[in-house]
Amino acid sequence: MTDTDKPLIEIRDLDYARGRKQIFKDLNICIDRGHVTAIMGPSGTGKTTLLRLITRQLVPDRGHVLVDGVDIATLNERELFGLRKRFGMLFQNGALLTDLSVFENVAFPLREHTKLTNRLIRHIVLTKLHAVGLRGAADMMPSELSGGMARRVALARAMVMDPEILIYDEPFVGLDPISMGVIVRLVRRMNDALGISSIIVSHDVQEVSTVADQSYLISGGKVVASGSPDELHNTSSELVRQFMHGMADGPVAFHYAAPNYAEQLLGRDAD
Amino acid sequence: MFREIWYTFLEFLRTFGALQLFFLQLLRSIPIVFVRRFRLIVHQVYNAGALSLVIVMTCGLFVGGVLGLQGHSNLARFNAEDSVGTFAAFSLLKELGPVVTALLFAGRAGTSLASEIGLMRATDQLSAMEMMATNPVRRVLVPRFLGGVIAMPMLAAVFSCVGLFGAHLVGVNLLGVDAGAFWQQIQATIGPEDVWEGIIKSFVFGIVASLLAVWEGYNAIPTAAGVGRATTRTVVITAICVLILDFMITAVAINFGD
Ligand SMILES: Nc1ncnc2c1ncn2[C@@H]1O[C@H](COP(=O)(O)OP(=O)(O)O)[C@@H](O)[C@H]1O
Ligand SMILES: [Mg+2]
Repeated sequence: MTDTDKPLIEIRDLDYARGRKQIFKDLNICIDRGHVTAIMGPSGTGKTTLLRLITRQLVPDRGHVLVDGVDIATLNERELFGLRKRFGMLFQNGALLTDLSVFENVAFPLREHTKLTNRLIRHIVLTKLHAVGLRGAADMMPSELSGGMARRVALARAMVMDPEILIYDEPFVGLDPISMGVIVRLVRRMNDALGISSIIVSHDVQEVSTVADQSYLISGGKVVASGSPDELHNTSSELVRQFMHGMADGPVAFHYAAPNYAEQLLGRDAD
Repeated sequence: MFREIWYTFLEFLRTFGALQLFFLQLLRSIPIVFVRRFRLIVHQVYNAGALSLVIVMTCGLFVGGVLGLQGHSNLARFNAEDSVGTFAAFSLLKELGPVVTALLFAGRAGTSLASEIGLMRATDQLSAMEMMATNPVRRVLVPRFLGGVIAMPMLAAVFSCVGLFGAHLVGVNLLGVDAGAFWQQIQATIGPEDVWEGIIKSFVFGIVASLLAVWEGYNAIPTAAGVGRATTRTVVITAICVLILDFMITAVAINFGD
C-alpha cells in the first residue's frame, strides 16, 4: 500500500535542540527508495540524533519527518510500532540485550512478532548469523564478544525480520579490514537483491563512498553538501574538500567551540 | 534561599507526579503482561526471591535470636519468661518481618534491578527494543516490578518463620523456657488480624520497593556515574518510604483494632 511516487523518507525544515544546544536548524533531507543513502559529518554533529528523529525515538521541535508521505509525529503507538517493524536498525554500539545469548538476540524479533516454529526460527537465525560470519558464536553471551563482533550480531538481528529499510549507525567502526569488506558487500547486496533501502551514518568517508548512491554531508546543523560520492569528491567547496580529504584546518573547525586557547591556559578566561 | 527551597519543593512535586504517572503506566500494563508474558513474571519472582533469600534467612535467624535474648531478659523481671514466644512472634509478624525484609530487599534485589535497568538504558538496549517494536515497559519493567511485589510477602513470611525458629533456639533450647508454654502462648494471643497486618505491610512495601527500584533504573542518567547514583538512591529512598509508611499503616491498624 505504499505510495511509490513519494520519496521514502523526507525531512522538512527540521529544528531540534538539546537543552541550549541547537543541533539542527532548517534541515532538509530526502531519502530515496531502493538506494543506499549516506549521512556523513564530523562526530558530534548529530548523526545519531538524526536517526532517532527519523524513527521517532525523538520528536523534532519544529518541522516534519515524513515516511511515505505520512508525518510520523501523527502516528499513535500502534501505528508507530507498525512502522518500526518496517525498519531494521543497527545501533552504534550494537545494543544487544545482555541477558540473552547471541542466538536469542537474533531470534528476539521473531519470537516477539511471529508465531514461527522453533525449527524455522533456528533456521532463519543461523542463516543470518552465517551471513555476518558468526554462526559459530551462536551460543556465546554478548559480554563474550568484541565490539566488532557485537556489531555484526546486531546487524544480523537488524536483518532478521527482512525489513524494508535498514539503518546503520557507524557500521564500520571497530571492524577489521576483512569483516569490513564483507559487511560493505553485504550492505550493498541486501540493498540490491532484496530491494531494501539503506541509510548509513558514518564519518568514514572512504568506506561509505564505496557503497553509497547518494550522500549528505551535515555540519553545523545543516546539510552543507549532497550528491553522489564522486560529485562530493570533485567538488570545489572548501568545506566538503576538507571533510572528504580529512584535513584538520578548513571551514569546519576541528575544535569544539571554546575560549581562546592561550588566554585559557594563562587563566585569563575566568573574569 | 527561599527561592531555592521553593524550587526544590516544585521539583519534588514534579518528580512525585511523574512517579505516580509511571506507576499508573505500570498498572495499566499488568493484565496484558500477565496474559502474554507470564513466564517472564515467574522468572523475575524467582530472580528477586533467590537473590534475597539467603540474606533474609540469615538476618531472620539472628533477629529472632536477639528477640529471644532481649525478650527473655526483660520479661524475666516480671516472671513472664514464658511469653518470650508471643513477644518474638508479635514483633516479627507485625514489624520486623515486613520492615527488615523490605530493607534487605532494597539493598539486594532493588539495587540490582535499578542498576540492571539503568545499564540497559545506558547501552541503548531499551531503545533497541523500541526499535524492534517491543514495548520495554511491558517487556522489562512490568515483569520486574511484579516479581518484586510477589516475592516480598513470601520473603517476609520466610523471615518471620526463621526468626521464630531463632527465638525458639535461644528461648527454649538455650535459656530453658518450656517449649509447650512457648507455643501455647503464641497460639493463644496471636490472631488472624495480626497476620493480616504483616501481610498487608509487606505487600505495600513490596510495591514501594519494586516501584522505586524500577523507576530509579529507568530514569537513571545513562552513564556509569548516573547508574551508580540511581542505585544508591534506590536504597535510601526505599528505606525512608518504608519506615514512614510503616508508621502510617501501624497507626491505622491500631485504630481499627480498637
Ligand atoms: N542526552 C543528551 N543530552 C544532551 N546533549 C546530547 C545528548 N545526546 C547527544 N547530545 C549532544 O548532541 C550532539 C549530537 O550527538 P550525536 O547525535 O550522538 O552525534 P554523532 O552521532 O554525530 O556523533 C552532541 O554534540 C552531544 O553533545
Ligand atoms: Mg553517533
